[in-house]
Amino acid sequence: MSLMLPLTVSCGLFGLGIYAVLARRHAVMVLLGVELMLNAVSLNLVAFDTWWADTLHTGQSLTLFVIALAAAEIGLGLAIVLALFRAVGNADIDAQEPPASMLAEGGDEL
Amino acid sequence: MTAVTVVFAALGVVTLVSAFLVVTSDQIVHAALWLVVTLGAIAGLYILLAAELVAWVQVLIYIGSVVVLLLFALMLTRAPSGPGSATATRNQPLAAVVAGAVTVGLGAVVWAGFGGEVIDEDEIRIGTAERLGDALFRTWVLPFEVLSVVLLAALVGAIVLTRKGAR
Repeated sequence: MSLMLPLTVSCGLFGLGIYAVLARRHAVMVLLGVELMLNAVSLNLVAFDTWWADTLHTGQSLTLFVIALAAAEIGLGLAIVLALFRAVGNADIDAQEPPASMLAEGGDEL
Repeated sequence: MTAVTVVFAALGVVTLVSAFLVVTSDQIVHAALWLVVTLGAIAGLYILLAAELVAWVQVLIYIGSVVVLLLFALMLTRAPSGPGSATATRNQPLAAVVAGAVTVGLGAVVWAGFGGEVIDEDEIRIGTAERLGDALFRTWVLPFEVLSVVLLAALVGAIVLTRKGAR
């Protein structure tokens, strides 16, 4: 099997994830995009591990770490979305205003 | 062309098509459910790459907990989740251009570096639980312990963030 096959799938997944992060309005959709990008990276790690026939299984161990970090990330991200929804009543990232505390201390740059 | 290559290509197409539906679906619950298909197909790709344990961890953690957590959060927010609940912003064309450029750029770099390389199916070392456990608890034991602290911090952070009346 050519090594390019998994790497191509991974490139496509990463591009779709970037599109979701940049273009979608809902905060949860942005998190879905981040998940797609993390999966693209994991697929790359596993593909290179298999290609290298690594005796230490570095790629697959790092994939397990990435999966655990993704679980922590999605838990915290959804907690932030919940807090945002409770505070302003929507989860639309383009509609958010910078917090008043940041505007008070020279928020012109924002 | 071996059977593994054919099955891998088919699962890769399933992965990319369902990921496309995830990012273009205008109903957020449909996007979350298409993500299940994407993650399941990626688990299949892991099995074809002889990463047995990683595939089961993918099914358990991603499909079993991340997607359930997503749907749970959608229900908790009582945000509108009907048609048009997950529309795209004005910068959609620009985002499509950037995503396309990143995909082509990454593909070109990978092609330049590993264009002719072949995964030798006779040399493959299967990533069983025994071998990965050996690697994790001998070589990677310190990152593993640090990771458990990170998970604990994320747990505490999530509780603090969603506590009622948190200031």
